[in-house]
Amino acid sequence: MNGTRTSFDRRVVASGVAALAIAPALGSAAVADENALAKAALAKIAAGRPMQKGRVTITLPELAENGNSVGLTIAVDSPMTAGDYVKTLHVVSEKNPIAEVVKFHLSPRAGRARVSTNIRLASTQTVTAIAEMSDGTLWFGTASVIVTLAACVDGG
Amino acid sequence: MSTTRIVMPETARKGEVIEIRTLIRHEMETGHRRDHTGKPVPRDIVHTFTVTYAGDEVFRTELFPGVAANPYIAFTTVAVATGDLEFTWLDDQGRRTVETRRLSVT
Repeated sequence: MNGTRTSFDRRVVASGVAALAIAPALGSAAVADENALAKAALAKIAAGRPMQKGRVTITLPELAENGNSVGLTIAVDSPMTAGDYVKTLHVVSEKNPIAEVVKFHLSPRAGRARVSTNIRLASTQTVTAIAEMSDGTLWFGTASVIVTLAACVDGG
Repeated sequence: MSTTRIVMPETARKGEVIEIRTLIRHEMETGHRRDHTGKPVPRDIVHTFTVTYAGDEVFRTELFPGVAANPYIAFTTVAVATGDLEFTWLDDQGRRTVETRRLSVT
């Protein structure tokens, strides 16, 4: 009980601090365009196909003290056999100046659909991971992360 | 050649899924920053990381400026036969860093 309460309080405080810190760091143009960039990136990946929620688990810390390096792990529920595997894993950021963050190309040789890396996050946001399967279907998962110190995006 | 670090087992049983963790020392300059005189700092990132196993490509990553400095990438592969794994990183300056590790499969 005690632990839950503490982390909740910290989250409220952190989001306030994050909002203050990020507002001047991002240019107004970036703020206006950020969702459009993410939408365009998602539309490009989808190429007209539907995206279904599920099968993809994206793990990010709930709270990142430094947006310059945030640990990211993506796992996909897939047998990774010759007939059924994850072909591509896309990571799209909602608020970075470039929506596309990283793209992994896998094959049945991976044995398991699980990858990790460290990413930059310009601000508190939702990150989406999209798995393109060998049969062409698209699945996605999302994770929200509170960033207290934003990655330097605007020459600060 | 940049400094790299590769952590993987030296031996594995046939069919075993092994985890490989890699890191390369690199600024991953985003191209969004300006230097102290106000001049834009040109983009210089590692944009491609490829892994081959006994000559076959088993894993590839396309990186964008949203990947943190000193890119860390962890992935898995199935131990199929004794052979060399070759890790190649390519950056915007055309620098190519190649490392090789032998995996003995029993």
